[in-house]
Amino acid sequence: MFERIKHMLIKEFIQVLRDPRMRAVVFVVPVLQLLVFGYAVTTDVRHVSTAVYDLDNSVASRELTSRFEKSGYFDVVEHVTDDARARELVDRGRVRVVLHVNKGFEDDLRAGRTARLQVIVDGTDSNTAGIVIGYTTRITGQYSQELLNARLRRLMGNIQQPGGVELQTRAWFNENLESRNFYVPGVVAMIVTLVTLLLTSMAVVREKEIGTMEQIMVTPITPAEFILGKTLPFALISFVDVILVTLVGVLWFDVPIRGNPTLLLFATALYLMTTLGIGLLISTLSQTQQQAMMSTFFFFMPAVLLSGFMFPIANMPVAVQWLTYLNPFRYFLMIIRGVFLKGVGLAILWPQMAALAAMGVATLWLTSRRFRKTLA
Amino acid sequence: MMQLKPQRVRAIARKEFIHVFRDRRSLGMAIAIPMLLLMLYGFALTLDVDNVPMVVWDQSESQASREFISHFRGCRYFSVRGYVRNYREVEHAIDSGRALMALIVPRDFAGHVESGRPAAVQLIVDGSDPNTATLAANYADAATLSYSQGAAVQQIQRIGRRVPQPPLELRPRVWFNPDMESRNYIIPGLIAVIMMVIAAMLTSLTVAREWERGTMEQLISTPVKSRELILGKLLPYFSIGLVDVLLAVLMGEFVFRVPLRGSAALLFAFAAIFLAGAMSLGILISIVTKNQLLANQLAMVMTFVPSLLLSGFVFAIGNMPKPLQLITYVVPARYFVTLLKAIYLKGVGLEILAGEAVLLTGFGAGMVALANLKFKKKLV
Repeated sequence: MFERIKHMLIKEFIQVLRDPRMRAVVFVVPVLQLLVFGYAVTTDVRHVSTAVYDLDNSVASRELTSRFEKSGYFDVVEHVTDDARARELVDRGRVRVVLHVNKGFEDDLRAGRTARLQVIVDGTDSNTAGIVIGYTTRITGQYSQELLNARLRRLMGNIQQPGGVELQTRAWFNENLESRNFYVPGVVAMIVTLVTLLLTSMAVVREKEIGTMEQIMVTPITPAEFILGKTLPFALISFVDVILVTLVGVLWFDVPIRGNPTLLLFATALYLMTTLGIGLLISTLSQTQQQAMMSTFFFFMPAVLLSGFMFPIANMPVAVQWLTYLNPFRYFLMIIRGVFLKGVGLAILWPQMAALAAMGVATLWLTSRRFRKTLA
Repeated sequence: MMQLKPQRVRAIARKEFIHVFRDRRSLGMAIAIPMLLLMLYGFALTLDVDNVPMVVWDQSESQASREFISHFRGCRYFSVRGYVRNYREVEHAIDSGRALMALIVPRDFAGHVESGRPAAVQLIVDGSDPNTATLAANYADAATLSYSQGAAVQQIQRIGRRVPQPPLELRPRVWFNPDMESRNYIIPGLIAVIMMVIAAMLTSLTVAREWERGTMEQLISTPVKSRELILGKLLPYFSIGLVDVLLAVLMGEFVFRVPLRGSAALLFAFAAIFLAGAMSLGILISIVTKNQLLANQLAMVMTFVPSLLLSGFVFAIGNMPKPLQLITYVVPARYFVTLLKAIYLKGVGLEILAGEAVLLTGFGAGMVALANLKFKKKLV
């Protein structure tokens, strides 16, 4: 039995690695992908291009706008003097924020009235807009509080200051809220999924199309041995890829790996069982390589979009949330992010690991069952 | 310049139409799959943050602290999942993902608030998802501010003074998307990503199939020119693509209620240019790679993943590093995503979109030309 698997392994390795283009696709493309996508995946909002539309042009209004600039979140690119220009800049996407100070801003402040500041935000990107509004609220809130305290001191002397609440926010696992730390492990997981699916989804159907399947059928190899022989080389190659890509993530992008790397490798092994199993299943069920390609794609796209990679699962409709429990990528993502950022261990991640193990065994078992049928 | 004979193009197109309509299942898939995808993802994908799960550790257990916490309970952005009694429980709730936030009210909270000294409240957020964390922290700031102001007003009233007016009032106005619905932002991009993928998929089938079945040789023996062949092959898929776009736009209008502020004609014009380019790319991939395995890998690596990550669909291009922003210029979906978002939400016209439009047209023309060039070589 081991003899047969060994020969099968040798054949598969030769087949995958003999084409130099294929070698590049398998080992170089994943690293390149991480290098490019690692830089793309960021939702950090800094240096928002801003226009200032200051009709008051007073000490107070300049103080306010300079507070925006000093915060580091806003880059003032232009001072505009009329509505039309402000409108045009936003339409063209040159600026995403316009700070609009009306005439009489300083007078209102001096007279103890409420001075108004209008902020126009480009809402096409609702996410960035939400964060930008948060920044503006914080900056004006702080300024307002300082002015209010000064007013109160004037009003009541130093006797009794109202005690407010000071919120000290601390972000665990990611002190500076670097979005890259969150997304790069996700990209690693995505690349691994893509590589394994691409390798295996073609593995069986290709033999069928080329006609070498019949040759394999006449050999004494059993379906289980065949599937094992098809899985192991790809599992090994994928492991090399995982290590390569993880190293790039840690060394190049400085993503902290706080948990136990061994645990990560073990979880990867479980996950690879599932993806390789799904790829082989697709391959066994497909008649042509094109069908296999389409099926792979229609597995991969929902797996990525419904995993919490970009869109939080908690915000999805409940029915879709249930659907995501069928998604192996979801579990792997939770594990890889848990190990990378939170540094948690088996005590917390065991349900995800168990789910992956169950899915892996189930898909591989299903594949070898389906495969027996096609042999017959 | 080779002459195009409309007659021959028509003949090829007719043959392809027959192919398409004969295979009802594939036709149904080409129409139904994009709609299903749009339906599923349109409802499922949102970046809005509400009901952030949180736990509270109220060490003070006083009237004042309960009043403070009620500002979080009453807010739709938070959902209090429970109260904890020690630090370990806080840790466990956040480690396991049961809560994304923990609010820790100190023992001396009530004393501080009543005596008029500022009370420090600790908020711990799970920073592993920085986007949600940032938004949640902002909401928490706002809730705290509203409590502080209320408390200040009460105190001043108690000592019988006139309450001073707040010095500054911020009036944020969000243009184009006043309620900041992330759906309005995602759906136009989603249409672009789905169309990119479907277009490349549909056409990468067509040439490969002729080779596979051996009918390509028959086609070569006819007087049909390569560009006539490609044009004829593109036409039916192109019309299916346009039907897909039309249905997607109708769904955006009636199912998701995304406002279409700009000109629908302009939208379809860009969609047509984009489809022509994306479909030529599909044909090009299947012509260049003789190996189907490699074609598969290329199609996947070149269309789906970049369309998802580098097009500005979710990750704003403006936030990326400069060199990467340059790379996004070779991702065709980028132009379509930008154009769709601008037409949908901003309602701007050609005078502002000219730059993007020229680049998109360049991509379309380039792809058609390349497909022609490469295909001729294979015919010889």
